[in-house]
Amino acid sequence: MARDASLPITVRQVAKRYGAVRALDDVDLDIRSGEFLTLLGPSGSGKTTLLMVLAGFTRPDQGSLKFGETEVIRLAPHKRGIGMVFQNYALFPHMSVGANIAFPLRLRRVAKADIARRVDEALALVQLAGYASRRVDELSGGQRQRVALARAIVFEPRILLMDEPLSALDKQLREHMQIELRRLHEQLGMTTVYVTHDQREALTMSDRVAVIHHGRIMQLDAPRRLYERPANRFIAQFIGESTFLPVELADGIVRYAGEAVRVTQTGLPAGRQLLMLRPERLRMLQGAAIGDGAARDNLLRGSVQRTVYQGDSYLIEVRLADGTVVSMRGVSTERALAAIPQPGEPVALAFAPEDAVLMGEDAG
Amino acid sequence: MSARDASWLNRPATETQIPHRARLWLYLLAVAVVTFLVLPTLIVIPMSFSASQYLEFPPREWSLRWYQSYFGSAAWMQATATSVKAGLLTAVVATALGTLAAYGLFVSRLRAAGAVMALLLTPIIVPIILVGIGVFYAYVRIRLVNTLAGLVLAHSMLAVPLVVMVVTSALKSYDMNQEMVARSLGASRPRAFLLVTLPQIKLAVATSAVLAFLTSFDEVVVAIFVSGGDNATLTRNMFNALRDQIDPTIAAISTVMIVLSSALILLAQLLGRSGVRR
Amino acid sequence: MRSDAALNAAGLRRDARAERIALFGLGLPALALVTVTMVIPVAWLFWLSFLGDDGALSLEHYRRLIEQASYARIFRATFEISAIVTAICILLGYPLAYVLSQLPRRIANLCMIGVLMPFWTSILVRTYAWLVLLQRQGLINSLGIRLGLWDEPLALVHNLTGTLIGMVHIMLPFLVLPLYGSMRAIDRDYLKAAANLGAGPTRAFWLVFFPLSLPGLSAGALIVFILCLGFYVTPALLGGGTVIMVANRIASDIEIFFNWGAASALGVVLLVLAAAILLAAARLIRLDRLFGGHAP
Repeated sequence: MARDASLPITVRQVAKRYGAVRALDDVDLDIRSGEFLTLLGPSGSGKTTLLMVLAGFTRPDQGSLKFGETEVIRLAPHKRGIGMVFQNYALFPHMSVGANIAFPLRLRRVAKADIARRVDEALALVQLAGYASRRVDELSGGQRQRVALARAIVFEPRILLMDEPLSALDKQLREHMQIELRRLHEQLGMTTVYVTHDQREALTMSDRVAVIHHGRIMQLDAPRRLYERPANRFIAQFIGESTFLPVELADGIVRYAGEAVRVTQTGLPAGRQLLMLRPERLRMLQGAAIGDGAARDNLLRGSVQRTVYQGDSYLIEVRLADGTVVSMRGVSTERALAAIPQPGEPVALAFAPEDAVLMGEDAG
Repeated sequence: MSARDASWLNRPATETQIPHRARLWLYLLAVAVVTFLVLPTLIVIPMSFSASQYLEFPPREWSLRWYQSYFGSAAWMQATATSVKAGLLTAVVATALGTLAAYGLFVSRLRAAGAVMALLLTPIIVPIILVGIGVFYAYVRIRLVNTLAGLVLAHSMLAVPLVVMVVTSALKSYDMNQEMVARSLGASRPRAFLLVTLPQIKLAVATSAVLAFLTSFDEVVVAIFVSGGDNATLTRNMFNALRDQIDPTIAAISTVMIVLSSALILLAQLLGRSGVRR
Repeated sequence: MRSDAALNAAGLRRDARAERIALFGLGLPALALVTVTMVIPVAWLFWLSFLGDDGALSLEHYRRLIEQASYARIFRATFEISAIVTAICILLGYPLAYVLSQLPRRIANLCMIGVLMPFWTSILVRTYAWLVLLQRQGLINSLGIRLGLWDEPLALVHNLTGTLIGMVHIMLPFLVLPLYGSMRAIDRDYLKAAANLGAGPTRAFWLVFFPLSLPGLSAGALIVFILCLGFYVTPALLGGGTVIMVANRIASDIEIFFNWGAASALGVVLLVLAAAILLAAARLIRLDRLFGGHAP
């Protein structure tokens, strides 16, 4: 399949109201050509609505949408030249696999011989070579999803839209398909907009992730930056686990419960802030090691409340002096598991200054 | 009664553990009611072959005289032709208009759609006698009485609710996402409907066409008022004949009608069955 | 950029409206058909009913409806017949629907063909079948005499009896179908729970199953009753001229007396009655769902 130059997508001031509800609230978004962008958010956040606006199935109340240089906001869906994969695959049950995939080619009056060749190529791409004559009801869920994918790309669209395509699959298949989709994207290079509510999926597959909530884009960043520097409390809680400690920033010094906390973040306003800690960025120190740790890292002293074994990792809940419970996560090695303290034992949680993330108090 | 029968009788029939034996009267009653429903219509068939004027059962003498009387009569044949023509035209008009309406209302998200749907279903609720005399009154004024066109229009109006109900119910269990997908792949709305939706609701459309035909073919009251002369329907002439005396020819006509209706329904069922298998 | 977006707002609104109209337009032909062939004629009848014999607006037709005893008799007869037919249909149809709902689906579907068959046979054919069966030399009478049940042939047709039999035969499927549907939907777990709590089969039926089947029963009975009110063919053919229901009177007022005023007034009353009963029962059935739907 030829690698056609893909298209960037420009969204400007797109708004959509349903009665009093603002499904999309003045959305601005720039998607780079060839990038894999994920729209991430909880249900009702507006991510699917935005995707539908891109596809042309939902007409916004206002806004501009450009694919490359072309304004498409008023263009009918079938003229936009996009490929789309839906959550429930929506394969045509009255057609065979091959006929399903050939459908967009037939619509575009491609010559019969070319149709057969391109259908086979598409099937090979999704690793279903030879399935052209099969019936739709003979396929498993994963296979159907791949046929839906083949159908969406066979006509070489410049843009690919996907609406939670993997949520109907079981966990193992889903993770396998995530890698498959990513591989396909790298091979074909088309601009891809992917919608999901699964943060892990978003972090795995995307070049950039846009977190959407209440119809607004809260943060648009590469996965790593999104995870390590969430812009507000909502994003921090939505992506990964987190604990929040209230801190005071005064005269350039951050204090928690009176003690100073060393941070590397700069440019923060004075006053009350939230200190976000990720469980895997905390180390557990006991006994003599506590003194050594204090030199480099910040320490939180408390006692062990509970331990939870979770297979590849373990979680220890520590109760601090002021009653706050902070969790730390450790990798399950024999040595680490053997060293887990008993409930009630005094311990300290250490975290590096660069692992401390401060953010404003509003939830976002 | 063999041991096997006895044990079936003693087995519990429901969750409340009542044995079949205690409910035997219920089963017998149900069988009796079904017989009551089915038998009278079916009995007309063998009776129509009775040579006697009083249509005995079982016929003492078999004869085809009533069929000869039917097929040999120019008047009856003309009326039959009219009914078939009207039925076919009604099927075409009602199915086309009803399917389009059902689709348009289903897909449209206007609040008025509900009201329009209700309006389209009113022919079922309005007493047929009112429809009959009303249409007659109107037709007299616009000179549509005793015309095939007038009859087809009135019958189509009666059949449209059926078509709308059947097609709407098919659309409800149809995955509309497929039309969205088809449109995303490059099909305009009309093409998406024709290439993807219609093939999948064709059973419902075919069934409603058959129902529309039968609605017209079997219809009596409106036909009494609105069809006449050269365009009198079979049912109208049958009704008039029956009011005067019990003409045994009607038995032959009835048999033909029963066979025709059953054949059509069977056809619709077979179409549906084959559609699913394919 | 700001002005760009605002411009699109107007265009987008226009697009939305165009699409709405196009889709709505698909239903327009059907709507036109029903309006022209039913709404307008019936409205015309309404109008006629308020036109006196001299051509001016008047209520004389309605006054005659109230004053003349024959009309009162006809209405009473129509209601009585409809009520009797509905009652018999319930007595015969409930057990049938019940048995069907307990059968495995495949067998039930097969039996349903028997119940549905009357639907695709013309009402004329069905009425005629009864005409032949119930006549003096008909099958019923000859069987009855042969089996020694009675000596003289009974007058089973050209009277009220024949009309009732015919109407029950035609209306029964209208009751059985919604009732069957509603019975099928009753969750077996309710009965299991009842048995578990100690209810015997009879009590479980009356306290649990029957109330849950009421919505379907009410719907079916309502349909049957309202359809009976407007019956024409069966009383005309099986009644022998002795059974006159509202529809028969309307027809004779026109065919014999050319009295459009009286006929349309009668028709209007019939329509209003049917509509009123429908509306009232619609409310009641909803209430029924509230109480009857949540069994213990």
